[in-house]
Amino acid sequence: MRGLLFTSMALLVMGLAFWAYQENYRTQDAIKQVRGLHSELADARGRLGMLRAEWAYQNRPDRLRELARLNYDRLGLMPILPGAFGAIADVPVRPPELGPISGTIELSSEGLIAPTGQEEPL
Amino acid sequence: MTRKPLRPLARILSAREKGESTVQIEKDNIRLRHEEMRNKARGRAESRLLILSLAFFMAFGVIGGKMAVLANSEPAEPRHAATGSPILSQRADITDRNGRILATNLQTHALYAQPEQMVDPAYAVTELLKIFPDINAERLLADFTGTRTFLWVRRQISPEQMQMVHDIGEPGLLFGPREMRLYPNGAIAAHILGGASYGREGVSAAEVIGVAGTELYFDDYLRDPVHEGAPLILSIDLTVQAAMEEVLYDGMRLMNAKGATGIIMDVQTGEILAMASLPDFDPNDRPAVPITGDQSDSPLFNRALQGVYELGSVFKVFAAAQALDLGLVNPSTMIDTQGPIRWGRHRINDFHPLGPTLSTTDVIVESSNVGTAHLALMIGVERQQEFLGQLGLLVPTELEMIEASTGRPQLPPNWSELSLMTISYGHGLSASPLHLAQAYATIANGGMRVSPTLERQSAPQQGERVISERTSRQVLSILRQVVTHGTASFGEVPGYEVGGKTGTADKPREGGGGYYDDRVIATFGAVFPTDDPRYVVVVTLDEPVETSGPRPRRTAGWTAVPVAAELIRRTAPLLGLRPNEEGRHVDGVIPVAQR
Repeated sequence: MRGLLFTSMALLVMGLAFWAYQENYRTQDAIKQVRGLHSELADARGRLGMLRAEWAYQNRPDRLRELARLNYDRLGLMPILPGAFGAIADVPVRPPELGPISGTIELSSEGLIAPTGQEEPL
Repeated sequence: MTRKPLRPLARILSAREKGESTVQIEKDNIRLRHEEMRNKARGRAESRLLILSLAFFMAFGVIGGKMAVLANSEPAEPRHAATGSPILSQRADITDRNGRILATNLQTHALYAQPEQMVDPAYAVTELLKIFPDINAERLLADFTGTRTFLWVRRQISPEQMQMVHDIGEPGLLFGPREMRLYPNGAIAAHILGGASYGREGVSAAEVIGVAGTELYFDDYLRDPVHEGAPLILSIDLTVQAAMEEVLYDGMRLMNAKGATGIIMDVQTGEILAMASLPDFDPNDRPAVPITGDQSDSPLFNRALQGVYELGSVFKVFAAAQALDLGLVNPSTMIDTQGPIRWGRHRINDFHPLGPTLSTTDVIVESSNVGTAHLALMIGVERQQEFLGQLGLLVPTELEMIEASTGRPQLPPNWSELSLMTISYGHGLSASPLHLAQAYATIANGGMRVSPTLERQSAPQQGERVISERTSRQVLSILRQVVTHGTASFGEVPGYEVGGKTGTADKPREGGGGYYDDRVIATFGAVFPTDDPRYVVVVTLDEPVETSGPRPRRTAGWTAVPVAAELIRRTAPLLGLRPNEEGRHVDGVIPVAQR
């Protein structure tokens, strides 16, 4: 009886040791992966910061003003002035919708010219 | 365990035979047994003590060992712990109220040299000279070939320059990572931001510290890793700031002024939406502080905060407001404006005669020194001091900039009755344009005290009451009339109900002793719209002169007011303020994009 207990205990300890060994390596792998992800994150954030700085630099008011001036012919951008605010009354009324076409519409072929390549009039 | 009998039969019998007492035997045995028990107990106690001491020894040993390990090991970030975001830059960004970047960081490199490792210093110097033409080649060669073991060549280099230095192939030229503070908008909001530079420098990192403005004031906040890189949000609106600087610059040139200041402040929250002082500088390349000459001529000088001037007639509003609030007068009370007032050898007179009497309203509208002095005499010295103190005109402003504390108002050493009268029309007490904006905002905010701030606010300020709401409305009505038919008629902006007061003050001579005849500070303090005050605008021009007429004109009505009007016309729509009907139908709806 006692021998059986000792043997099973020894086996259990060996099993646990094996599990702990494996777990240790898996943890180390995970840490390594996290470290990699962290450095990737840091790189991505660095790039993001650079892009944000670039965006801010490209959109600096001086440059936009100069671009709007250079491209006035194409874009017609000008500073916003009080007159840019409209009232609801300034919006033109939507034209009434045309009803569905119910009756017949007379069509005439008189005067139509045939497309090129066709000899006789339609 | 076998117990020894206390009365062993063999000894008892033999004792009885000899006729001896058996009691002695028993006693002896009891004694022996007790001795044995005592020895046993002592042994056990000793072993327990030993074990206990061993346990303590081990426990303290473990703690001591751990301490030794901690003391001798390199600190490492716990990588496997689930941290949120790793802190990337050591200094937080600064953004405007809408999140547009005003200051950020850029990863760059510093170039340093270790001459001991150099292979061909002469070649390295000639190649470096090609990359950095402004380098002092002789000195660098002397450093490279001398006894120095380490020297910085460049504090910041671009990636392209770094590659070119790499291509030299000199092993003694090395790079250290650097964080560079970048202000992408250039000179816009330069004074507010201030600038940054390097503090302690090492090969692998350098401290970035603020040197002026908000960068210095919020230095601890910006460098505190607790915020995890959350940006500092200012109350500035970048678009409004840019538009203001453009208008101010054009105005300054048109009016031949040597400096200009503009402030736009929210009346309810106290937020500074834009603040500029011209000439300005590029915070990316902050100029050095001038050692000689007038500090106020340096572009670093922030006129809005540090420019403490006598602001002139813009102060008349305060005398009128106080007299109205105290019930001494009402807007139509007639005030004596017959000049001059004599006080000792001083005479107070008006710019041009305004007749014997004017109503309180017209004293301000026509800007009468004599009338305002009479108002001040009704108020008295003590009440005037108290009122100006409540408006914050006697102490530096509390704006979150390091320069704010240097903008200390200059008060008369002896606040006499003459000072009372001169201060009422803006002479004898010097204050900064920001002080003026603060005081006007308090009057426009229904009489509740407002302090300027550069941090974005979410709610109106709840300040103490300085004047009643009724007085506030009366003063706003007077300010409106100054624009409609007074000295600031160029200040009318259709649709925005501008009200304001002009001020033209002669500049004092630097060496003391009187004032210049041909140098003025022209100021316009404005509130708009006066029917529901939202913003205060202060424009100050330094030594303006308008030369379109036959005679040069220097008064604020001809110089600062048109600039302020253009400023309001440009910035009010940007602030999202709709013009009223009058403003909209000036020339129909202008499409912002024409196609």
